Amino acid sequence: MRKAAVLFFLTAACLVTDSRRGHSEENVEVHGFILGHFAHLVPALEPCHATSSDFLVSEGRIRLDVIAWWDSIEAEVQIRGDLVADFVTNSFDVDLREAYFDYAAGDFDFRIGRQVATWGVGDVLFINDVFPKDWVSFFTGRPMEYLKLGVDGLRTRYSSRPVNAELIVLTNFTPDDIPTAPRFCVYDPFAEVARRDGQLPASTFENAELALRLYRRVGNFDVSAYFYRGFWRTPSFSPDSLPSTASLTTFYPRLSVYGVSAQGSALSGVLSLETGYYDSRDDHNGNDPSIANSQWCFLVGYQKQLWKDANVGIQYYGEVMEDYSNYRTTLPRPLPRQAEYRNVVTLRLEQLLHHQQWRLSIFAFIGLTDEDYLIRPLVTHRLSDNLLLALGANLFGGENDSTFLGQLDRNDNVYLSVRFDF
Amino acid sequence: MAGFAEQRPQQGSTEGAEPTATQIMKNAQQAFYYLGEDMKVRVTMELIARNGGKRTRVMTMLRRDREEAGDQKYFVYFHEPGDVRGMTFMTWKYPDRDDDRWIFVPAVDLVRRIAADDKHSSFVGSDFSYEDVSGRDVDDDDHTLVGQEQLDGRPCNVVQSIPRGPGAWTKRISWIDLESFLPLKEEYYDAQDELYRVFTADEIEVVVAGEGGGSRSYPTVTRRTMENVKTGHRTTVTYDSVSYDLGLADEDFSERRMRRPPRSWFR
Repeated sequence: MRKAAVLFFLTAACLVTDSRRGHSEENVEVHGFILGHFAHLVPALEPCHATSSDFLVSEGRIRLDVIAWWDSIEAEVQIRGDLVADFVTNSFDVDLREAYFDYAAGDFDFRIGRQVATWGVGDVLFINDVFPKDWVSFFTGRPMEYLKLGVDGLRTRYSSRPVNAELIVLTNFTPDDIPTAPRFCVYDPFAEVARRDGQLPASTFENAELALRLYRRVGNFDVSAYFYRGFWRTPSFSPDSLPSTASLTTFYPRLSVYGVSAQGSALSGVLSLETGYYDSRDDHNGNDPSIANSQWCFLVGYQKQLWKDANVGIQYYGEVMEDYSNYRTTLPRPLPRQAEYRNVVTLRLEQLLHHQQWRLSIFAFIGLTDEDYLIRPLVTHRLSDNLLLALGANLFGGENDSTFLGQLDRNDNVYLSVRFDF
Repeated sequence: MAGFAEQRPQQGSTEGAEPTATQIMKNAQQAFYYLGEDMKVRVTMELIARNGGKRTRVMTMLRRDREEAGDQKYFVYFHEPGDVRGMTFMTWKYPDRDDDRWIFVPAVDLVRRIAADDKHSSFVGSDFSYEDVSGRDVDDDDHTLVGQEQLDGRPCNVVQSIPRGPGAWTKRISWIDLESFLPLKEEYYDAQDELYRVFTADEIEVVVAGEGGGSRSYPTVTRRTMENVKTGHRTTVTYDSVSYDLGLADEDFSERRMRRPPRSWFR
C-alpha cells in the first residue's frame, strides 16, 4: 500500500506539473492544499506526557486530490491522499484518505474503494454513524474532515421516488482512532500491564460489515432507517486474571445497530431526531464485563439562525444501558462503574463576520451524568481565497478521571492551522 | 436588445389599462427569477472591498420552477475557492413558508439541513442575501408606482416597496424596464431610512432557448452589482453559459445529485 501511495504522489505531482504547462488531459483535475497543524499542550508537559513532546500534533501535510472522469460513461476515479511530515516523531508517512471508483447506471450508483461515509443527523454525536472516527484528530483540532476515517468497501445506492437505499459492504475492519498513551494522558485501569496483544477482526467473508440505510422524504422531514452488522469500533480488553493481571488481550466484539432518524424544518429552524439500539451480540445478557452491554441511544437537536450570519445549535443525547444489574454484579473491582442512564448536552454558537472572512465559533460538549466537558472555541480567518488561518483550543475537564472527556483533563491544547489551497 | 417583447410574462397588464404597482412587481419577479421552465448558468461572483481587495467564488447554478411564481428548486455547485470545491447546496423554495435547504460537504460525505433565514443571510459572504439570489414574495411588501423615468435611455416604471413585516430593509425603490420587465436598478434603505445598498443590472443579453419555430428569447441580466454604499463593499455577479429549458427533472434536485452531480452539468 505504501508503494502504491508513493506512486500516486509521483503521478499526481507529474500531473500538476503538466497542467501548469497547459498540456493537461481535459478530464483530469488535480487540486490540493498544504496544511500546517500545530497543537500545543496547555499548560505544557504534564508528568504523564514525559516521554512525549509539548506538541500533541506538529505536522505538515501536502494533500493531493486527483479526479479523472470519462464523458462517454458516468464513471469517475477520485484519489485523495496526504503526504505527512510529523515533526514530533521526525517521520514521514502517507495518509491515503480516499481512493475510489464511481460508476452510475440508471437508478444505481456504485462506489468501490476507500471512501468516507457519514450517516445520521447528530452534530459530533453519532448513533447510526457506525463508521470509524479519528478522535485524535478531533481532540487536537485538525480540520473537521479528519474526524472521519475512510472505510474500504463497496457502496451501492439506489434512488427512486418511493424509497432510496444505500448499502455499504465493508471488507476491512477499521477501528476508531482514540487518544492513547504516551502522546495523550489518558485513564488506563491496566496501566501497569505491559503485555498487550490482540488483533482486528480478520478480513474474511464472515467478518464483512454491512451497513444499510433506507431513506425518503416524509412530509417536511428527511427520514432514514438504518441497519448495521459488524463490530464495536472501540476495543475491549480482556485481562488474563484479576486483580493481578499479567497480560491483556484487546478485541473488537460483534455489534448490530438498528435505528431511525428524521430531520426537517420546524419551529423556524431545523429539528433533528435520531434513535438507535446497539445490540452487543457477544454479550447478550450483559454478563461479560469486558464487553459493552447493549444500549439504547437517542438524540434531539435544534438549530436556528439567530441574526445575520449567526447560528445556534443545541442537542440532547441520552443513552440507556441494558442488563444494568448484570453489569453491576459482574464488573470487577478495579474498574470504574458507568451509570445506567447517561445524558449529554451540546451547544454550538457560530458568528460569521466581515463578509464571512472571519468565523467565530464555540462548541461545548457537556456530560451531565459523567460530569465532564469539552469546550472548543475556534477563530477562523480567511486571508485570501487560498489562505486560511485557524486558531482554536480543546479544553477538557471532569469530576472523574475515568470518563471519556474527564480522562483527557490534562490534555488541554491550543492549536493553529494554516491552510493554503491550490 | 431587440426581441425583448417576444417573451412577455403571462400575467402581463391587461390591454390598454395601466398596470398596478403590484402587477409591475409580479412581472418583474417573473422576468428576473422565473424565466423559462428551468435554467443552468456558470456564475462568477467577485467580492470587492473598499480597498480593492478582491475575492472570487465560482459556481454552477441550476434552477427549476415547479409552477410559475410558485415553488422553485435551486442547486448550486461550488468550483472555487479551493476549500469549498465540490460542495453543493440545494434549496427548495416555497413562497408562503420557510424554504428547505441542504448542504453537502464532500470531505466528510455529509448531507445535512441548514437553518437560514433568507432575509438576513448573506449568500457566501457577498452583498447579496439569499433572498436577492432566489427572490422574495411580491405579497411581502406594499408597492406604490412612484412614476416613470428614463434610466440610461430606457423608460422605466419606478416602484416603491415597503415591507409588511420586519426585514433587512425598510424601503426599496425599483426601476423596472418597461420593455423587458427586468429591474435595472434598486435602492435599499435601512432602519434609519438611509440608502445603504444599490443594485444595478449592468449587462442584459437575450438568450435564445430551443430551436427553429419553438425557440424562445429570454432577456437575462448577465452582469449585476450590489454595492453597500455605507461600507463601500460591493459584489459583482457575472453569468456565463446561460441556458434555459434544458428539461431538468425534479429528481435532479435530490440528495443523489448533491452527492454526485453529473459532469455534463459543468461542461
